[in-house]
Parts: sequence; C-alpha cells; structure tokens
Amino acid sequence: MADNGLLESVLRLVEKVDGGTDSQDVAADLGVDHQVIVGAVKSLQALGEVISAEQKSSRHWELTGEGREIAEQGSHEARVFNAIPDEGLPQNQLMKMPSGKVGFSKAMSNKWIRLDKAHEGGPRVFKTVEAIEDTVRDKLQLVQKGQSAKLEDKEKNELKKRKLLSEVTVKSYWITKGSSFSTTITKQETELTPEMIASGSWKEKKFKPYNFEAMGVAPDCGHLHPLMKVRTQFRQIFLEMGFTEMPTNNFIESSFWNFDSLFQPQQHPARDQHDTFFISDPALAHEFPQDYLERVKKVHSEGGYGSQGYKYDWKIEEAQKNLLRTHTTAVSARMLYKLAQQEKFTPVKYFSIDRVFRNETLDATHLAEFHQIEGVVADYGLTLGNLMGILHQFFTKLGITKLRFKPAYNPYTEPSMEVFSYHEGLKKWVEVGNSGVFRPEMLLPMGLPEGVSVIAWGLSLERPTMIKYGINNIRELVGHKVNLQMVYDSPICRLDS
Amino acid sequence: MPTVSVKRDLLFEALGQKYTDEEFDELCFEFGLELDEITSEKEILIREQGGEKAEGASDVVLYKIDVPANRYDLLCLEGLVRGLQVFKEKLEAPRYKRVSPADGGEPQRLVITEETASVRPHAVAAVLRNITFTQERYESFIELQEKLHQNICRKRTLVAIGTHDLDTISGPFTYTAKPPGEIRFKPLSQSREYTAAELMSLYKTDSHLRHYLHIIENEPLYPIIYDSNGIVLSMPPIINGDHSKISLNTKNIFIECTATDLTKAKITLDMVVTMFSVYCDEPFTVEEAEVVYPDGRLSVYPELAYRTETLSGDFINKRVGINESAESIAQLLTRMCLRSEVSGEGDLIQVEIPPTRADVIHACDIMEDAAIAYGFNNIVRSTPRTYTVANQLPVNKLTELLRQDLTAAGFTEALTFALCSEEDIADKLRKNITETRAVHISNPKTADFQVARTSLLPGLLKTIAANRKMPLPLKLFEISDVVLKDETKDVGARNNRRLCAVYYNKSPGFEVIHGLLDRVMQLLDVKPGRNQGYHIQAAEDSTFFPGRCAEIFSCGKSIGHLGVLHPDVISRFELTMPCSAIDIDIEPFL
Repeated sequence: MADNGLLESVLRLVEKVDGGTDSQDVAADLGVDHQVIVGAVKSLQALGEVISAEQKSSRHWELTGEGREIAEQGSHEARVFNAIPDEGLPQNQLMKMPSGKVGFSKAMSNKWIRLDKAHEGGPRVFKTVEAIEDTVRDKLQLVQKGQSAKLEDKEKNELKKRKLLSEVTVKSYWITKGSSFSTTITKQETELTPEMIASGSWKEKKFKPYNFEAMGVAPDCGHLHPLMKVRTQFRQIFLEMGFTEMPTNNFIESSFWNFDSLFQPQQHPARDQHDTFFISDPALAHEFPQDYLERVKKVHSEGGYGSQGYKYDWKIEEAQKNLLRTHTTAVSARMLYKLAQQEKFTPVKYFSIDRVFRNETLDATHLAEFHQIEGVVADYGLTLGNLMGILHQFFTKLGITKLRFKPAYNPYTEPSMEVFSYHEGLKKWVEVGNSGVFRPEMLLPMGLPEGVSVIAWGLSLERPTMIKYGINNIRELVGHKVNLQMVYDSPICRLDS
Repeated sequence: MPTVSVKRDLLFEALGQKYTDEEFDELCFEFGLELDEITSEKEILIREQGGEKAEGASDVVLYKIDVPANRYDLLCLEGLVRGLQVFKEKLEAPRYKRVSPADGGEPQRLVITEETASVRPHAVAAVLRNITFTQERYESFIELQEKLHQNICRKRTLVAIGTHDLDTISGPFTYTAKPPGEIRFKPLSQSREYTAAELMSLYKTDSHLRHYLHIIENEPLYPIIYDSNGIVLSMPPIINGDHSKISLNTKNIFIECTATDLTKAKITLDMVVTMFSVYCDEPFTVEEAEVVYPDGRLSVYPELAYRTETLSGDFINKRVGINESAESIAQLLTRMCLRSEVSGEGDLIQVEIPPTRADVIHACDIMEDAAIAYGFNNIVRSTPRTYTVANQLPVNKLTELLRQDLTAAGFTEALTFALCSEEDIADKLRKNITETRAVHISNPKTADFQVARTSLLPGLLKTIAANRKMPLPLKLFEISDVVLKDETKDVGARNNRRLCAVYYNKSPGFEVIHGLLDRVMQLLDVKPGRNQGYHIQAAEDSTFFPGRCAEIFSCGKSIGHLGVLHPDVISRFELTMPCSAIDIDIEPFL
C-alpha cells in the first residue's frame, strides 16, 4: 500500500480540480512514476467512496532507449559530422566511434561528408558542408516534450522503423471526488474482531467495504434428491387432505392381487411377458384368501353381482404367477379387501407414492421403473362429481386449477376419466393423470357393502418433477446416471408456485 | 390403445358435415376418443423411410384416432361414423338382424371334427349376402380384421378370422386338424401349393406372418378348413387359401372365426358382420350359418344377441352426481347406441344392449355411458364429505425424518434403481449369488433387469462412477427398499428398508462413515453400549477390505456392516479412490 503522505498529496490535487484529473497528470505534477500513482489510486479506491476512478486507456508515442540517447546527444550522423575536424579524419578512426558505422552511412547519404579513398595514409573522411541541421534529434525532442502531434504520421513511422520511437498504450485513471471525499486518510479495518468488541474500538474505526458483487462461499452440506423433494410435497398434500398412507413396501406381488382382484382378465395384454416383469424365483405365490379367490374366479368366468363376467376359463395357475407389481393399485386392492373384512365398514381415504415396474421399451421419458402416485376414497354414495371435486382440490394444491375430463377405458374402473389440465406455456390441454370409479366386479367379491363406491386416481411422480425442474431426459433424474451437480443445485420444491 | 387411421374427407362425407381439426378434436374428446395425429401416407413414409420412398405416395389427409381398448365397434370408419352419428342424434342406431337364406335353402354349415380339440377347439361362422364393395370399403374390411386380430383376438391367439368368396366354394365346410405334412394348398399371395410344414418355414421370414407361427408351430396337428370338394379355405390362425380369396367384385362372403376362446370368437364375428352388413343389399341383415360340434350339438351364428337391462334413473343420478329425469337419461343412453325407454314403473329404464356393445357387461357400464352423453365436464364438481384422519406409514415417516438429517450431516441423497444385474449384487460385491436371497426376474430384456436389488450399495457406487468429474469427497446416501426372498410371505419375498451411505475420497475415511453411524444412532436415540445400546465389532465380509470391516449391533441384534470397501469391489465398479460404506436395516427402529 502506498504511504499515506502520497495518498494525501494525490487527494489534495484532486481537491483542487473541478471535474477530475488524469492520473498521468498527477504523476507529472508530483514528479513520480505513473505506476506509483496507479497504486495510490487503487489504495484510495479500497477506502470506499473517497474517490471515484474510471479506468481509461490512451495511446501515445514514446522514445526508445536509443531515441532518448539521440534526443540528448544528437543523431549518429550528426555526431559523426561533429567529430570530423576541418582537416578530416581517417576512416578507420571514425569507424571506431560508437556511432561510427550507422552515422557514417547516414551522413554519406545526407551528403554531409565525403570519403577520399586515395588519400595518402589511408582513406580519410572530410566534411562537405559547413553546418548541418539535425532534424532527427529535433523530431525526437518534440516527442519527448509530448508534442508528437506536430509530426506527420509518415515521419513518426520512419522513426519507428529506425527503432527510435514506439507507440505505447497507457492505462490511466480519470480521478474525481467520491461521495465521501476527504483529503485525510483514515486506516480501514478489514473485519470486526473480538478485541474491538471488547474494547469498543470498533466505534472509532472505519471498515473496509465488502464487495457485494462476489459470490459467497458455498456451505458444506448435503442435498436431497429432487424427485424425493417432490415426493415429500405430494405426501404432504395427501396428508393435508386427510389421506392415510398405504403399505406399498412390497415390490413383488402375485398376479392375483396385481390383476385378478382388479377384474383384469387373464388374457389382458398388460399380463403379457412384453409388458410385465415376471419372477422366476420365487415363481409362484401361495396362500390366498380362499373364499375370496373363489368369488374372483366366479366373477371373471361366470359373472355375478349384476355382471356378465368375461366368460372365460379362469386359471389359478395364472393368478399364482409372481411379478414385479405394475401399479400400486395392487396394494389398494389388498387394503380394500382388508377394509371389507372389518365387522363394520368405515369410510377411508388412502394414498401411496411408490415404485412400479414395466417391462417396456426405454426412452427419454420411460424407464422400467417409476413412481406411481395414487389416491383412493371409499365411502357410501360417492359420485363421479365427487371424484372430479376431489381431483380439483388435489390439483389446486399443485397449482393446477383448470381441469377437464375425458372418457377413457381402464379394465378396473368404470367410469374412467383421463384428467387434462390447461398448460399455459404450451397453450393446450395436456394429460396429467388418470382416474375412475372401481368396478363393482372388483369391490363386491371383496365383501364391501353394495352402496359403497370407491373413487381413485393416479399419476406418475417423474413427469411433474421433470416439468418442475426442467429435465428432459429421465436418466438425468432417476438412477445412477443422475447428474449430481443438478442435485446440488436444485431449488426447494413448492408445487403450487 | 388401438389407433384407427381414417381418411379425413371420407370421414366427413360419411358424417355429412365438415369439421375443423379443432372441432373434430373437441368432438373426439367429448366422446372419449383422441385425435392422436393428423398426417398422410406420404408424411408417414417420409418419416419412416425417408423422402425418396415417399415419392408419388398419397397426400390425402389421414386422421389417426385413438379408440378405447374395449370399443371394438369403433375400430373402423363404418363403426366410428355410426357411433358419432348416433351420439349427435343424426342417426338412429341400426337393428342388426340374423336371417335365414333368402331362397329358403339350407344355411351354410361348418362341421367341427374332434381333432381340433387339442389345438383350437371353437369355430363360429356367418354369411354376408349381396354386398357391394368399393375400393375404400374393401380396404376398410381388411383393416378391421387386422385391428380385431391385434386387439380382441390377442394377435390371433384367441381368435382368427377368415373371410372367403362364397361363390368360389361350396359347403358344407369341415373344420378339422391334421399333421402338417398332410396339409397341402396354395396360400394367399403365393403362386404354387405348399405343405403346411413348408409354409411354416416360408413364413419364418415374413415380417407380418412370422408373429403368428408360434401359436401352432409345435402342435402335432394344425387347424384346417376344407369345403365339400376338399378345397382349403384357411389354415387358421396363419393364412387363408388363395382359391377363396375375396376381391372388390365379391358379392357373398363366408366368414369363419376359429378360436380358443368361444366368447371372444362370437364377439369378433358379431363385430365383422355388424360393421359391414351396412353394404349388403338389405342393410344390417346377416345370413345365419350353422356350426356342428363333434358331439353333434348344433349352434347357429352370428348370435347378434340383444340383452335388456333394467335400472333406475335414481341409480344413474346417484352414481354420476346429476339430477335428470328418467326420460332424459333414457335419451342420453340412446345416444350411446343403448336404445332405452322408460318402462312406466317408477323411474325404471329399460336399456337394450346391442351386439356391438360387448363392452357393456354391468350396470356401471351403462352409468358411464349416461355420464359421457351428459358430458363429463357438465357434471357439477363437489367435494365428498368423507371424514378421515390421516396417518403416515411408520416406515415412511421414519425414512422422511432420517433423510432430512442425513443431508444435514453433509450427505447427498441418491435415487437408484430397484432392479439390477446379478453381477451388481454378487460378483461386483465379491458375493455368491446364492447367498444373496435375491428375487430373480424370468423375462428381462437386458441384464440390467435380472434381479431385484438386495443391497443399495451397487446403486450408490454406480452413481459415483457416473459422477467422477465432481469434486471430492463424494458423500452419498439412500434410504430405500431392497427385496429379499422370505418364505413366510404369501408371495415368498418381502421388501426391507435400508440405509446405505458411502464416502469416496483420496483416503478411505472410515472415521467419517463411523461418525455417520454415531450420528444416525444419536438421531434414533440409541446410546453407545453393548446391551441396550449399539456397538460395532470386527467382522469378515467379502465386500470389505480384510481387517477394515465391522458388524453393527443394536440392542444385541445385528443390523448391518460398515467398513472400507475391498479394492476389487472399487475396481469392479470402475472407481479409483478408496471408499468406505455403511449399510444398515432401519426396520428394527420402527
């Protein structure tokens, strides 16, 4: 840091001028090197708003070392000329002079001197003119005085070629008074210390201003995964709405609970090897509620409960096949069956968010496993209007208020509705979920009372998360190929904003 | 969901009205269809095979319409138009009628022999008389059969349709089954005769037919249908004979469906005849055919059965959440091709289910149709008054709480796949697959889906491998389920909630992972100690570096391991730095 004396000298100079001054002029006024003034400007800037300094750059011509020598001592050719007495000088002696070689040829071409090669005692050099004008020196002296503008470009370039002049860029500051200008310097502290607090000395001290433009130091912390952050929010929404969480921690399910109990026929394409992961070990489930299984068999093959049934040969072997559950609705079926075994029916609201598995072709938006969000309400007298109403409440909590419903088909719900929301960005309706009323052929064999309706809906967790966090490839979100930087950088999740 | 492709202009002509794309899309939405794509043959060819192949292709606008999987009556232009016209009340749903041969002659007869029992035991048949084809009608007729084959017929496994020019063959027909070597005929689109065995090898390379060969390939007897002169009509479910093939000029069509599922065969036959009888001289009439079973039983097809259901207006109102009179509900249902009348007794409605609506099997299906006709989006949305108190699943509640505090401890959450390769959970962890208690998948498409994971560790190590560019140290965790075989469960397996964390840096950082264990135990309110607390003790585990592994006990029960990973494990996951890990079961803390 420059000493306070210099800093104060600079400040006094700045005080005198209105509208500011150039650091180069300050250097000239104080008779110090410009770089010293640059250092002083930086020190003053660090003190806060004492001065304001704007960096500028200017190009100007400067003498080279050789140029300075010539400005002082004359050009080589002039020095050669001046060294020659009227009686001449032997050439070999002249050539020994420091400027000899260059000066000789220049003076020759200027026709200031002549060479008498035939002179007795060796070649000898004589003046040809009485006096000379050293224009090179004159021009250089002009530049030295800062009057390079008086020279023509051609002349400057000529001197540049002779390596006597060079063009340089000078970075200087335009210094003006700052908002807290003062000609005296107070030393600034960088940080508050315990000692200052103890002694109270902080009251007298000035503190070095912080650079609020810089980024802070990142905290040393862990990060939650974005998909799990979104899962937490969905759980929260269901809990706010009074839904109880279902035990979905059973990835392996029997075809019976995954399909048959849902009145999904055994020849249904979803039960194909191409769509579902079947288990080779343990291949088969054992233990089913036997009387319930018989009722399921009957409703598939013969009908009943007001249904025609599917009229096919229902096989226990198909129902026993273990698989990776294709939907969490398998768990809903188990829960509804359990509910039906209660002595007296009580209304329930259930939800789950967990993994499901599909043996599908993978692409940028489909993986073999994903998370399904599911909500189920069972009560007497629930209507299709109730399903729409509860979907409206649910989606409002996600910040989606514009909903409409399209008739759809699903083997275990009737009616079935696809839920569409209006996407303001895309300016069109996009599908956001599926919903429906469970079929009586599913509910009545379980033993649920006749008047009880069960409404349900589902959506994937990945899709809203990808939209929320602007992720296009699902592999960057789910699985080991995740981009950890994305995990580190992802903001908190508020679904309604 | 099946997609039906129809020519837009033809569709509008049949509907008697032009729509903008948006208007038609809206109509579809209301009716439960989806206008999936607007394209042309040319566009499809350009997309699938490049611009050159598309030269000269038609640029007639095509609508690709998604149809619900159970609405077989909407799988062709004829059905779509009929459904929409009735919905818009521009047309009354036709009544389909089975008739006897006009000349008073004997109906066509298909005799099933007992040999079919082992391979494809059912058959149904019908005749369309005096039909008039045009190029478009003919194409639609072929296309409908294809759509039915792909959907209700489950790629011909359940049902296969054969259609024949009746004037080229003569009944009675015989449906039998024979050894492939004894079957010989000239199949459709071929110039000479082949034996069935030859055909099976010929079609091995056929892009279309090869998908159906497996249905009968390994059977000792192949299904085959002959006419009274021994001419082959078809070898179901593979190919028809060339002799009886239909053309634009065909006037009389014999339709047979052979099946392993009789119900589906009846529906399929009903669909074909109801859709295309519209082009017969006497529209919507179908000439009956007799099918004789090996036991002598005789059935007459097509069934074209109408069924009547009686339900109350109150039922519909209460289920949908509307308040309409029985008369107006009957009108709504009629618009869905379910001709309905108020019976006069209270608010009871008689609903007639036509043969085209095989999807209507319960009153709830009728209720849905009333709701669709009413307009889903006209129904008043109301909140159910169901009062319940919410509960979290304890294991999920604990997981949620622990996740928060693990990130507070400086670890970042990973989310890895529940399915992986055998190698991931065995070889790479220096374990034998038999000791893992892993659940195995029978039909994985790739090695990535061979087993359900038995440990969270491979997923975390793979996550590190995919993020080697990130600054060290890497501190990751996951709390999620693994799957283990368990004979006490009905399905023979159960999930187990585990907590796994890894520390990856230039030094192993055992103390970091050990510190994490101490922190987790503190969070779970378990104090250090031998009996009621937790402690660790040296153990051998092949995944860990010898002498650098300890088993974790809580209240005297082993809950997992921690330690420095074995260098071979590190290399097998394509990592280069030392790594320490902890893997515990959190279910004992519930």
